[in-house]
Amino acid sequence: MDRQQEPRNASQPAGLRVDSMHHRMRRWQDRIGQAIMGALAWSLLGLLLAIGGVLLLRALPILERASVPELLFSTTWQPMRGLFGMAPFIVGTIAVTLVAMLVAVPLAILSGIYLAEYMTSRARLFFKPVTDLLAGIPPVVYGLWGVLVVVPFVRNELAPWADRNLAAYCSCFANTNPSGYSIAAAGLVLSLMVYPIIVTITEEVLRAVPRELREALFALGATRWEVTKVTLLRAGLPGVVAAVVLGFSRAFGETLAVLMVVGNVPRMPGSIFDGSYTLAALIANNYGEMMSVPLYESALMGAGLVLLLVVVSFNLGAWLFLTRRLKRGGEA
Amino acid sequence: MRRKQWRKLEEGCFIWLMRLALLIAVVGLGSILFTITSRGWAALSWEMVSQPPSAGFYLGGGGGILHALLGSLYLATGATLLALLIAVPVVLYINTYGRGSKTAEMVRLVLNILWGMPSIVFGVFILGLLLALGLRTSLLAGTIALALVIVPILARTFDEVVRLVPHELSETTLALGTTRLELSIMLLRQTMPGLLAGLFLAFERALGDGAAVLFTAGFTSSMPSSLFQPVASLPLVIFFQLATPFPEVQARAYAAALILTAIVLTFGMLGYFFLHHVGKHVIR
Repeated sequence: MDRQQEPRNASQPAGLRVDSMHHRMRRWQDRIGQAIMGALAWSLLGLLLAIGGVLLLRALPILERASVPELLFSTTWQPMRGLFGMAPFIVGTIAVTLVAMLVAVPLAILSGIYLAEYMTSRARLFFKPVTDLLAGIPPVVYGLWGVLVVVPFVRNELAPWADRNLAAYCSCFANTNPSGYSIAAAGLVLSLMVYPIIVTITEEVLRAVPRELREALFALGATRWEVTKVTLLRAGLPGVVAAVVLGFSRAFGETLAVLMVVGNVPRMPGSIFDGSYTLAALIANNYGEMMSVPLYESALMGAGLVLLLVVVSFNLGAWLFLTRRLKRGGEA
Repeated sequence: MRRKQWRKLEEGCFIWLMRLALLIAVVGLGSILFTITSRGWAALSWEMVSQPPSAGFYLGGGGGILHALLGSLYLATGATLLALLIAVPVVLYINTYGRGSKTAEMVRLVLNILWGMPSIVFGVFILGLLLALGLRTSLLAGTIALALVIVPILARTFDEVVRLVPHELSETTLALGTTRLELSIMLLRQTMPGLLAGLFLAFERALGDGAAVLFTAGFTSSMPSSLFQPVASLPLVIFFQLATPFPEVQARAYAAALILTAIVLTFGMLGYFFLHHVGKHVIR
């Protein structure tokens, strides 16, 4: 930068003078580039705030009519009578997400470990596309598969089996619904959608573990499984937490696939084989009719706001947890 | 000695569990592909992809889904280009000007949050804007909503590739007296294959996402004509056809799903190819 301020010599050759013009232009380009790119970077934060702001503004009419606890915890959803209790949808969303995560997380972490640690590179060439393909299939196709395969499977196999063997221990496994369109079906479809996300990140995390750490453990006589356990729990934990949070967000807000298999019953579920309804499905399903009923649109925007807040707070929570861990010096 | 046997046993059990987990995923994928292909193939015809729907299409009338096919391609192409214009400068910024700064950390956090944001939230956000401005659903609104969905996908993929560029290379470039803008251009060249792969990934996601376009691009039975008119898209065509009670219309939904899956997976493979086999300007 100081180059420009050097005293200019009259006997400087012409070429150099052109060069300094060139320099000045490049510096301006650099500054303009910095301004534009920096503005775009900050605009992402602006976008996040704008989404929250617009949803909040559109949801205001209903927030003025009913209190927040009433909206969140009331179980009566009767838009025609002006009652917008979202508890059935919130519970339905949580239940579906929980089933999906309980199925997907163990399967995905085990698969990720196998891909990273045990598989020969030739076999991985065959298996890697499996996760890539699963990640690429569109949600609506998952929904279609859910309707054609998972729902009949739940109706004919899973629900009767659980009713016979597990319902005695917990009524949440009772076979209450002859259709098969249920929390269980939605959870199973979602688990396969979330699976590739968690597998990919787990595998990357394990591969990124420093070789020395691993060799040191082998030198102590650990089996490969013990090495994996230690590296995954110590060095890999942040990555795995990130993967699970991402999978959770995806499952929590998935719309079309869930909408097609969850049954869309606005009632508090008592069993995982009950039909249910999720927040995202609620928004998507009532798009057509919401103009005719007063406050309906506002309620749907409120549902969108709930989705946004849950996803943001989950991600912020994970971020705080991870940075705190890092500040403590990590454990690896 | 017994302790050693126990440890071997534990490892053996988990190896079988891991194999089982992989097997379940393979069976799941196989089941999806088999179901879509076997059901869709029967209903697939040239008429489906070459004609717009005629009257009474959703009651079993003739015609095809050309309007949705084109609509989806327009939406996804526009969204990908728009996302490219936002994501690339942002990623280059946090790796050059803002490298290691609080801003970069904030941008990465926001990108993570946006990545996990359900696409329906973006759809509802754009819908809220449309309602506030008194506008109708349109190709343009759908494109913007989809762009918001894929900006974080594109940015995160690209950021990962840019971060892989050895820092020595950046230092060497700066030592030659370049500005940081010129450094960004160097990084862009160096990561071109990764960027292309990210573009295909983003395009693939934009094609398949139905939730974001549900309220924003609208739905219609006519061919896409203008940026300010509603357009149909493949995911929604599948969704609405499946919701009808007529078996022949549902069969067409299966065929449409087969077409969508085939397109999406083709682009996925192209992305894979670009990531691993293209790179003329890459210094290795």
